[in-house]
Amino acid sequence: MTALNRAGWRPEMNAAGGADDNVTFTGNRALMLEEPLIFEIGGTGTTGVDFDEAALAADLGALARTAPIGLPGLSESETVRHYTRLSRQNYAIDLGLFPLGSCTMKHNPRLNEKVARMPGFADVHPLQPQETVQGALAVINELAVWLIKLTGMYGVAMSPKAGAHGELCGILCIKAALEARGEDRRVLLVPESAHGTNPATAAFAGFTVEDIPATAEGRVDLEALRARLGPDVAGVMITNPNTCGLFERDMKAISDAVHAAGGYVYCDGANFNAIVGRVRPGDLGIDAMHINLHKTFSTPHGGGGPGSGPVVLSEALAPYGPLPFVARYADGTHKLVEEENAGEEHPETFGRMTAFHGQMGMFTRALTYILSHGADGLKQVAEDAVLNANYVLRSLEDVLDAPFAASGPCMHEALFSDKGLAEGFSTLDIAKGLIDEGYHPMTVYFPLVVHGAMLVEPTETESKAVLDQFVGALRSIALRAKNGDPALKTAPHFAPRARLDETLAARKPILAWEG
Amino acid sequence: MRYLPLTSDDRAAMLAAIGASSIDDLFADVPAEARLDGPIAGLPNHASELAVERHMGALARRSRAAGEGPFFLGAGAYRHHVPASVDHLIQRGEFLTAYTPYQPEIAQGTLQMLFEFQSQVARLLGTDVANASMYDGSTACWEAVVMARRITKRAKALLSTGLHPHYRSVARTMAKYTGDILVDGDPSLVPGTDWAALADSIDKETSCVVVQYPDILGRIDDMTRLAEACQAAGALLIAVVTEPVALGLIKSPGEMGADIVVGEGQSLGVGLQFGGPYVGLFACKTKYVRQMPGRLCGETVDANGKRGFVLTLSTREQHIRREKATSNICTNSGLCALAFSIHMTLLGEAGLRQLAAINHGRAKAAAAELAKVPGVSVMNDSFFNEFTLLLPTAARPVVHKLAEMDVLGGVSLGRLYPDNDGLANGLIVAVTETVAEADIAAFAAALKEVLA
Repeated sequence: MTALNRAGWRPEMNAAGGADDNVTFTGNRALMLEEPLIFEIGGTGTTGVDFDEAALAADLGALARTAPIGLPGLSESETVRHYTRLSRQNYAIDLGLFPLGSCTMKHNPRLNEKVARMPGFADVHPLQPQETVQGALAVINELAVWLIKLTGMYGVAMSPKAGAHGELCGILCIKAALEARGEDRRVLLVPESAHGTNPATAAFAGFTVEDIPATAEGRVDLEALRARLGPDVAGVMITNPNTCGLFERDMKAISDAVHAAGGYVYCDGANFNAIVGRVRPGDLGIDAMHINLHKTFSTPHGGGGPGSGPVVLSEALAPYGPLPFVARYADGTHKLVEEENAGEEHPETFGRMTAFHGQMGMFTRALTYILSHGADGLKQVAEDAVLNANYVLRSLEDVLDAPFAASGPCMHEALFSDKGLAEGFSTLDIAKGLIDEGYHPMTVYFPLVVHGAMLVEPTETESKAVLDQFVGALRSIALRAKNGDPALKTAPHFAPRARLDETLAARKPILAWEG
Repeated sequence: MRYLPLTSDDRAAMLAAIGASSIDDLFADVPAEARLDGPIAGLPNHASELAVERHMGALARRSRAAGEGPFFLGAGAYRHHVPASVDHLIQRGEFLTAYTPYQPEIAQGTLQMLFEFQSQVARLLGTDVANASMYDGSTACWEAVVMARRITKRAKALLSTGLHPHYRSVARTMAKYTGDILVDGDPSLVPGTDWAALADSIDKETSCVVVQYPDILGRIDDMTRLAEACQAAGALLIAVVTEPVALGLIKSPGEMGADIVVGEGQSLGVGLQFGGPYVGLFACKTKYVRQMPGRLCGETVDANGKRGFVLTLSTREQHIRREKATSNICTNSGLCALAFSIHMTLLGEAGLRQLAAINHGRAKAAAAELAKVPGVSVMNDSFFNEFTLLLPTAARPVVHKLAEMDVLGGVSLGRLYPDNDGLANGLIVAVTETVAEADIAAFAAALKEVLA
């Protein structure tokens, strides 16, 4: 094949004066369009913004920025085309099934987007006088009330910016509660199947992390947990439903045992979608749980964020929750409880964990989604999500090893392993094969407790027809992997890029344009 | 329900295929005492798009939007004009509804954008490298302090009194639980920064010095000497930028020797949004890159030799390193980073410089006009687009009276430092390109009336 230049486009002609088969002059293939970097097409003198006035001379002396900055600009037409072309190199929920386990890639309703852009939410400053932002404060409070009622908990901290930030919030509540009791407990118990954020959060807050053993059926080993509890254990971090896709049947007994030993129960709520409207974590003895609004409550993932991670709290932990929060008064007005009035209204708070009031833009979207579904609709969400996952599990368990299939029904996600694939074939090959079939792969190599894990979470917003086609595609790929089809080893063949050299990227990092 | 495609027939057929007699069978592992009989009581049922929009619209109208009248708030969040194409492009479903780019073959759009974003941020802040974003400026600031501790193996951080009080508050919260020692305090209403005093305070225990530029009172200063003092003592200089537009006009912290530069990128592309989501900027010298928090996008090639981009140096991150990770951060502010990047691309260097100069010019004009109000003076002798007014009385009640006259006239220091009476007469005023001359006149007239 003719070598492509560094930009990945415009190949040189071969020795015979023509291009090789399947290689175009531009590198494009009809609608699959290559796009250079802004640094290769823009100029520092170009701008896509017109101003009504000329720049005035400034007298900033030695502080004036005189050296070139190196920021390329594009006209508006070029800008729109650049980002539109880039967008077409992305897979997205809007294009098809996105079955990433533990990520809850459900449809993102467009009403949410419209509402979030209403000027009373989008064009409001966080430090405006509070009498001028009553509508924004009311949204935060209304969402807070929904989250409390849906979870059966006592209070909620709305300010955490994402799931891991919510974990930190919950863990700091536990730390503050222990301090108030005058106890210095240093150990948090976390199962090996937990998301990586759990141990990272615990360590960030100064705790030592110890593993909780699991049973053969993929759940927390209650007896082993009981045996480890003691005066040095601050609490547990448990994901329920867990990352093997199973409900922790003993959750209430776990909570009771932890409480009896003087500890607290943190629940990772990443998988709340499986039980929303149907089971309340508060009924299971949980003390703190973050809710990923960008999972269960449909706010868009945006290619990696922003998220939002409110934390519901038990009566035992609520007094320690962070500032600021919104209080509603009998006359219907709302007020922020911040540092200045915390002494009267929230004296035991552990403090502030972000500059302002949380992810307002996500609150408006999540509340819009919740009001659209209502209590009956959210219950249906959980039921359809669980039904879809079980349908996938039972439609594939004869061709893919499902290590916990015998443990009973799964919740919102189905877990498979790489057992039984041909020599040299792996989970990665199946994932890349799915790309060629027009799907985003499932979560791979997580949870760590299963070899070559494949975690499939279809969500409730997929139709039976979509699932049937996906099951067919995955069955075909599984058979190819079992039969050792060499073409699968080099998949994807039809994506904008073939497999990328991640080792090279890490060995010789190029993290910024150097031209 | 409009977001749920399964029909009753589908559900029945699927239950049959699974071998379950009812949905309840699938929830058999939930303990009996936690099973609910029906929808949670006391909550409304589903509603039409029209009904929901009506409800939310009514709530939205109960807030006074910034664009409805004269508006002068800053203090960490700035109102700039965002070109229409920015919001159009970030709503492309392929950006909006994509996940973190863990499958790079079908995520080159997000990855190339992140590479461009990182490059733009590094150049703007004057550093070698930048990451793919953090939650916001305040959390990025704390992560920088933690990073400095990892690098220097020292635990004492000196925070400038000019650091945003909420950023300081976040750091204090975290330090309580991590054992970091913070030296901090409230600012004084004087034209100069506390940087010279900070340089003298650095000792062998000091991990870092944190300064904001422009600072909370709008002051700008040269950090070259402070950077040299840090370097001589083996401490790191962390610069915090809450108004990145300023760097179109004034020298970048990196140019003046800062080791780590963090910031709030909200000014470009993102909008006010009552405080979030925003986009944390995080940049540093190359030699510290393996101690950085958050995602990094890097260039590589695919199996056919074509250039492509991937998330890289993941061995710093929680999904690989778990309790040994540099941070617990996972989700970042990807879509806000896209908005920032598109806005920056539209501006380009020429546009950014012009925008910055217009902001500065507008702010100077406003300062001159407001200083004519009897009893009012401008504290700063240098500023970018934000300055502190000294009023003859406490500023906080004045702000509320101005609001009654439909002028949102800045952020009072009484709001930010409620326990410090010495700062009560200070009012922080931000003036961007969105402020019209008539707005300045209206503000001055209203202020005169309130103070009369």
